[in-house]
Amino acid sequence: MSGQAPHPAPILAVEGLRVRFGGGTQAVRGISLAVNRGETHCLVGESGCGKSVSALAVMNLLARGATRSADRLAFDGTDLLPLSERQMARLRGDKMAMIFQEPMTSLNPAYTVGSQMAEVRQRHRGGTRAAALDRAAELLAKVGITAPGLRLAQYPHQLSGGLRQRVMIAMALMCDPQLLIADEPTTALDVTVQAQILRLLLDLQRELGLAILLITHDLGIVARMAHRVSVMYAGRVVEHATAAELFAAPTHPYTHGLLDCVPVPGRTRRDVPLGSIPGTVPRITAGFTGCAFRERCAHAMPVCAGEVPLRERVPGHAYECFLPADWPQRSAA
Amino acid sequence: MRRFASLRMASAGLGALIVLVVLIAAIFAPLLVPHDPFAQDLNARMVPPVWMTGGGPDHLLGTDQLGRDYLSRLIYGARISMLIGVATVITSGLIGITLGVLGGFFGGRVDDVVMFLITARLSIPLILVALAVVGLVGSSLTVVVMTLGLLLWDRFAVVARTTTMQVRTLDYIAAAWAAGCSRSYILLREVIPNIVHHLVVVATLEMALAILLEAALSFLGLGVPPPLPSWGLMISEAKDYMYFSPWVIMVPGVALFVLVLGINLLGDGLRDMLGATRDA
Amino acid sequence: MLKFLARRALLALLVMLTVLTISFGLTRLSGDLAISIAGPQATQQDVEMIRKAYGLDRPLPVQFASWVVSAASGDLGRSYLYHEQAATLIKARLPITLTLGLCGLAIALVVAIPLGILAAMREGSLLDRAIMLIAVVGQAMPSFWLGLVLIITFGLQLGWLPVSGNDDWRGYVLPSIVLAFSAIPSLMRLTRSGMVDALASDYIRTARAKGLSRAAIVLKHALRNAAMPVVAISAVQLGFMLSGSIVIESVFALPGVGYLGWESISKNDFPVVQAVVLFLAVIFILLTLLADLLNAALDPRLRAS
Repeated sequence: MSGQAPHPAPILAVEGLRVRFGGGTQAVRGISLAVNRGETHCLVGESGCGKSVSALAVMNLLARGATRSADRLAFDGTDLLPLSERQMARLRGDKMAMIFQEPMTSLNPAYTVGSQMAEVRQRHRGGTRAAALDRAAELLAKVGITAPGLRLAQYPHQLSGGLRQRVMIAMALMCDPQLLIADEPTTALDVTVQAQILRLLLDLQRELGLAILLITHDLGIVARMAHRVSVMYAGRVVEHATAAELFAAPTHPYTHGLLDCVPVPGRTRRDVPLGSIPGTVPRITAGFTGCAFRERCAHAMPVCAGEVPLRERVPGHAYECFLPADWPQRSAA
Repeated sequence: MRRFASLRMASAGLGALIVLVVLIAAIFAPLLVPHDPFAQDLNARMVPPVWMTGGGPDHLLGTDQLGRDYLSRLIYGARISMLIGVATVITSGLIGITLGVLGGFFGGRVDDVVMFLITARLSIPLILVALAVVGLVGSSLTVVVMTLGLLLWDRFAVVARTTTMQVRTLDYIAAAWAAGCSRSYILLREVIPNIVHHLVVVATLEMALAILLEAALSFLGLGVPPPLPSWGLMISEAKDYMYFSPWVIMVPGVALFVLVLGINLLGDGLRDMLGATRDA
Repeated sequence: MLKFLARRALLALLVMLTVLTISFGLTRLSGDLAISIAGPQATQQDVEMIRKAYGLDRPLPVQFASWVVSAASGDLGRSYLYHEQAATLIKARLPITLTLGLCGLAIALVVAIPLGILAAMREGSLLDRAIMLIAVVGQAMPSFWLGLVLIITFGLQLGWLPVSGNDDWRGYVLPSIVLAFSAIPSLMRLTRSGMVDALASDYIRTARAKGLSRAAIVLKHALRNAAMPVVAISAVQLGFMLSGSIVIESVFALPGVGYLGWESISKNDFPVVQAVVLFLAVIFILLTLLADLLNAALDPRLRAS
């Protein structure tokens, strides 16, 4: 899956992104990530770690009561931070598209599939409704929906969950986006449908050269899809690396724990029982310092309550911890 | 939402204060009135309130077309409004809650019957039928209370029914069934206590509605009979004079408006505090 | 869907029968009808004569059956007062009540829907609180008193509008406003809560992710869903307004159906009382059926099934 040389200029560059909620909760605490053109970047972590919020913040789709700030937020060389909502809306659905976890409720029940797909094209590219519907039919066929003409005239409630997610994907592709943000696109689906949708995303990426920011809690999906991975914990990216690197040498204790919890083909050994991480993710409010994982970490030290360094294991693989890069080997020995 | 929490509390407090003041006026009316509310004084008719020219401290809110003291009549009128409100809520509450809880708890045929009764009740033109009953049976306080009580139970029934349905499926009811509790025990000890906060909110709404309806019936001459000082009747008797002295309808009208507003504000406050349904 | 509608129609029929019974029973509440009709000066012979003439000497079930049968064929009885068919009297007055009801509903919708949308868009803000305060105030306002206050203000002091009667369209302005006032609070709350739910829904997030304009998001995507219950309830509201017009018609001396009902109650004109109660109930039943149909027509999920 990996091995592709990273493109010099990432399509999406995020530095120091923060999201704060009204109640004082800090959902995202200065994360940085770069999504390269034509690559799948997985943002992985437990529910509530801030991964969906980060994606919504990039799209400027946060609910009211949440505020974002960042040192840098650039899409295809354009700085997104100074853009007005109106200018941002011009990009959304056009150059950057997003699909969501809940295919059952993400489509408007009152309008036909065709009308919901056509309006994206007409909004960003103009043209006639007929032309937009032609484009919609073409894309429905591309995402593997048979009889697209029939589907266009149907309402969302007439489609199954898997079909709806295909419609969402097709709708996201209406204006040939360069970046697709997929927020847990398969979590709500049956396992077999899940596999089909993932296969579809892989094919589309290869065919269209799409960059995908895939948000998931499922390491199986990461192993299947990702070129690069960022692991999030309590609003921080605690480790990022290429997928191959991450699975071969997880270095942050959290990543380590996470990989021990799930069987990953080729990595999990038969004779070792699956692990689990004790405790729960803490709620982070203003004034919190140090490593958020220290309460659950078997290797926690007094220094963990202070500023944690970002260490590089190899170029392109960094982790946020006091432990030396070779601690797993040492503790195994 | 949180920013205006204090504002919500303030409006609920204001509502409670209004209701309390009117309640005290109603209970202690004989002790509070400056004059006999029924005593006519034909030499002091249509005296304006104290703040208008021609008014005096003897009649703070003026007098009516028969020279009766407006303030005293207003205070006695509070009695009628509160009495109507409370008695109607008790009658209609008993009917509506019984029907609603039975329908919601037993479902099936029982629920069909309850739904039919609610639909039938809603189809009956409320004011017209109330007027007709009072007009044909004869007007008296009791008749008005009975009529309104028999007509205003629909919202109690609707809310009791839906909330009972929600409560019925909850785990602790299932646990009570499993523990072998009897139906009546579950109804009285498990269901009712868990829907009562919704019903309290309905009670405030229905009380406000009953007071408004009594005023409307009395205004149309088919409610509380004269010379009782119902606020609606006061407005009705005063309306022939409103062209020259508009204050005659303002005094009882504002009293009615403020009381109903107070009850509604209190109801909204209770709804927020008790976490009752929004559509109650 | 068809099964659902058939059920509703059956229910409506049963309700209609109940209303027939009630409107018949109402007029028997006063005891002996014949004595009431004959009046206080009548002799025993007069009363007997009237009893025979009006068929009141027959057993109650027979009287009821004959009233139901004739009512079903459109004969609602004759007025003692006007010596005319009750149906004719109602028909002559219906345009006034209908005009009033439709104008009132139109005003209520024009005021309530934009305010409800605005409140929902700024949920929790001071503007939202202010708009909801209008609803609370509107709910507490006694409509007959509001009518009188408007008459004093706009009819007498400003002299802009007539104080009563229906000589021209201007006579409908004040009564329509008062009638609208009674419907605004509930329509506004419904619009607001529908819009709050719609705006928080996943499909609105999708619409935003699609980069649609704010107007398209609010008016096309959210309002379309929030409006479904509002449109349906409007039909029911119209029913409430028509039957509630009795108070307003008497305040503004508009000779509509409500006024006819009030007049016939005060003058013991029993057949007309019966007829008006029945008529308004039937209108209400038909309007609730219309509400069901509208709901089904507007909601694609219901339409298909």
